[in-house]
Amino acid sequence: MGEVKVIGSSKSLFCTRVEWALKLKGVEYEYLEEDLLNKSTLLLQHNPVHKKVPVLVHNNKPVAESLVILEYIDETWKHNSLLPEDPHERAMARFWAKFADEKCLMGAFMAFWKEGEEKEKAIESALESFTFLEKQIQGKKFFSGDDNIGYLDLVMGWIPLWLNVMEEVGGMKLDDPQKFPSLHEWAQNFNEIPLIKDCLPPRDELVNYFNFAVNYNRSTAAAKQ
Amino acid sequence: MANAEHVKLLGFWASPFVRRVEWALKLKGVDYEYIEEDIFNKSSQLLELNPVHKLVPVFVHGERVIAESFVVLEYIDETWKQCPLMPQDPHERAMARFWSKFVEEKILFASWKSMCSLGEEKEKAAKLTVDAVEKIEGELKGKRFFGGESIGYLDIAVGWMSYWLPIWEEVGSMKILDPLQFPALTSWMRNFLEHPVIKENLPPRDKMIIYFQKRSQEFSSRPRG
Repeated sequence: MGEVKVIGSSKSLFCTRVEWALKLKGVEYEYLEEDLLNKSTLLLQHNPVHKKVPVLVHNNKPVAESLVILEYIDETWKHNSLLPEDPHERAMARFWAKFADEKCLMGAFMAFWKEGEEKEKAIESALESFTFLEKQIQGKKFFSGDDNIGYLDLVMGWIPLWLNVMEEVGGMKLDDPQKFPSLHEWAQNFNEIPLIKDCLPPRDELVNYFNFAVNYNRSTAAAKQ
Repeated sequence: MANAEHVKLLGFWASPFVRRVEWALKLKGVDYEYIEEDIFNKSSQLLELNPVHKLVPVFVHGERVIAESFVVLEYIDETWKQCPLMPQDPHERAMARFWSKFVEEKILFASWKSMCSLGEEKEKAAKLTVDAVEKIEGELKGKRFFGGESIGYLDIAVGWMSYWLPIWEEVGSMKILDPLQFPALTSWMRNFLEHPVIKENLPPRDKMIIYFQKRSQEFSSRPRG
């Protein structure tokens, strides 16, 4: 159904969620790896507004922003639905996706980046947000139900690997199996799925990437002072 | 039939997020009960219905409760099919979602910040806002509305710009919407505000000025850090 390209970065959780969606639908695509420190003309042309990955290019038409891309994929290739049929359930999936990205993911990034007292505050805030996720997954195998993964699982998909690496490099603990047993179990189940596993970057590469990011960021900040 | 169930909207008269939901309901001719919330003294009903964010709007349809205005808009569009707001084509739908997110993040929050800050901070936020407005100006492409000949999802999502933004400019003494710089947007604002449904559903301007003057003063006098 037309030519599909993904402009992405293998370490980016936003890009991996797009690849998962395409693989779940059995859509063939060409993957173009971006060097984020030296962005290509193609990326700047296809996402002039944000200049970020991922960008999905379908029949030469670009779509940017990972959640927008997920919905585009779901509406274009209709088999193996990512979002539920029922409008209220769809609304719930969209609500929790927005919450997870804004409060949990951004919260985890803050807890990762910050130092000292600010770090403690960020950790506390992120933990509060994770409590809501724990409630959502309680009693279910996947966020999308008991049988198959769907939109919301893909959106949360950064938790098993990326969060784990951020915790290690950033020196903080968020995904505590005692505090969040259901979330922890979901993470184990999710990461065992072959097509999920296949798209994950190697853990040591991700550790290097986050270490590099921390040092780069701190040296840029120091240079500014 | 699901559509015949009672519809309730918890809102606040000056909120652009609430108003966009009302525009959608009115355009579709959906009857609803409006409940005005005092957002400075939140009711137990609000806190019970939106425990996650504790914000308006909260949309209630029968037993179903939905928060987050963009999520509500899509729910309304999927539940009441008359006067469709979202385009049919998946790529156009993706563009509507992309741009509504962009305007919310880059124009709404930046212009609010500009209104509430002073000196250099104000100037900086205003400049960022203008840069963002340039991008959305380009999206009109000679159309009467973002949705084409008639009002659509994106018009409703960014509709606050036609009324709230000029008020914020006045309160905050900043200039964003220059008609010479943004002729397409200026024309769109006029068309939007003249639409019979929109015209009848705007909060009173003089009350808005007083309200936002007060809010802006509270923000700028808050201790930093």
